[in-house]
Amino acid sequence: MELFLARIFDGLSNGSTYALIALALVLIFKATTLINFAQGEFAMFGAFIVLVLATEQGIPMWIAVMLGMIVTAAVAAGVERTLIRPFDPADHLPLVIITLGLFLLINAVAGIVWRFDPRAFPELFPSGNVFSIGNAPLRWYTVFTLITLFVAVGLLTLLLNKTKVGLAFRAVSSNLESSQLVGIRVGPTLQFGWAIAAAVGTLGAAIFVADPFRQLQPNVMLTVLIYASAAAALGGLDSLGGAIIGGLAIGFVQSLLVPYTPIPNELSLAGAVLVLLVVLLFKPSGLFGTAQVERV
Amino acid sequence: MSDQHLLSVSELRGGYGQIKVLRGFDFHVAEGEIVVILGANGAGKTTTLRAISGMIERSGSVKLNGEELITTKPADIVHKGVAHVPQGRGTLPELSVEDNLRVGAYIRKDDDVDADMEQWYDVYPVLRERRNQRAGSLSGGEQQMLAVARALMSRPNLLLLDEPSLGLAPLIVQDLFARFAEINKETGTTMLVVEQNAQLALGIADRGYVLESGDISFDGPADALMNDDKIRKAYLGV
Repeated sequence: MELFLARIFDGLSNGSTYALIALALVLIFKATTLINFAQGEFAMFGAFIVLVLATEQGIPMWIAVMLGMIVTAAVAAGVERTLIRPFDPADHLPLVIITLGLFLLINAVAGIVWRFDPRAFPELFPSGNVFSIGNAPLRWYTVFTLITLFVAVGLLTLLLNKTKVGLAFRAVSSNLESSQLVGIRVGPTLQFGWAIAAAVGTLGAAIFVADPFRQLQPNVMLTVLIYASAAAALGGLDSLGGAIIGGLAIGFVQSLLVPYTPIPNELSLAGAVLVLLVVLLFKPSGLFGTAQVERV
Repeated sequence: MSDQHLLSVSELRGGYGQIKVLRGFDFHVAEGEIVVILGANGAGKTTTLRAISGMIERSGSVKLNGEELITTKPADIVHKGVAHVPQGRGTLPELSVEDNLRVGAYIRKDDDVDADMEQWYDVYPVLRERRNQRAGSLSGGEQQMLAVARALMSRPNLLLLDEPSLGLAPLIVQDLFARFAEINKETGTTMLVVEQNAQLALGIADRGYVLESGDISFDGPADALMNDDKIRKAYLGV
């Protein structure tokens, strides 16, 4: 029972990060039906910006996080304008290759600038435990990652539902041609999506490495991206709520798979891949996604 | 002369990639008019509207109040006062009815958006009842009403309507066209309607053009077209 609880708590905190990265993936997917494979690397890059601002410039941690989100949003907006928009949005293969290229590029640049040695990341949340049930501590870290997740989702929902640019973004996600016909400029609207996604991703990476048991290095988001992709697929790829449920569910799958099945720790990533496979095979539209119906 | 018209189109050519559909023709729409473009399937009616609103490659001249729009992008053409209800209605299925109307007013910066929305809810009460429903859950006729109301939310000078009767029951279509005539009278919105249902369209129109294989073969006042033998045989089925 204690083991079970401890693993559930682990699943919650990991799942919060997966949910945030999945949210970022879903934001871009909704609008463009494209998976941005560089989403995790954008987030890692953002976490490094936060680290530099906080440790070298002495900026308070939460302000550094917000600045990091703004910086990555600006970078993502620039990337969208220069590397994504010139290509035909209907032709996915070149775009997928571009996001894969970005993935390698950002990873390599981060390695050159910040090296691959792990670095301690300043704490974002109070340390210590809320309570312990036997050997199963509920850490403040876990509580605050969840709070951060829900605050971020709340703000994102407000942004999408209560602002004009949010309305335009939802319109473009729903019907590109009709959006143009009401006067929405599609390019800048998608650019806004890329920027918001990158900011959300940075928040996800920051809370991930803010765990005192983790450190920041350029490869830190590699496996997270795979868990997050599985989470996004499970949630339905075009559903924001689905990304959250999916993220937390994948967090549980990961943390419960290892102690309760003969799968060795090294293969826990396979659990995520397995979920991804099962979803794609049996319910491609995920738990909360819109089923794609093509009328011909 | 041509600058007096709200819309002056000349030598309009356009198509899809290698396929040239419009073969260079002229027409115009004067302020306050309802003009109908008739034609069979594949004559280029939809392509003509898409060329006006910039959704396809086109050449020639499309002038709105004398201003050339032939190289203007679709979103900017909307800002100039052209609203286009595409074929198949083009509502935003995942968005609520109310959000669809709000998005129609996307280009506006004034404070009367809510008042306008109420006005269209009065014209189409069923939309008020379903304001919080997803647009995709509406019936075909309701979606057409929504598409028209959404286009009017931008307070256009020129409303382009692409086969509004398509796929709708005859009674609904009659009601829809009666409303077009009313809206035209009450708001003075100029309309360019593309339609296969010639009888209905000519019934509310001031003038009409007949499009055949990408070229205008005929034009005249609506009642003259209605009484023309050739038109009656080809498009009115009498």
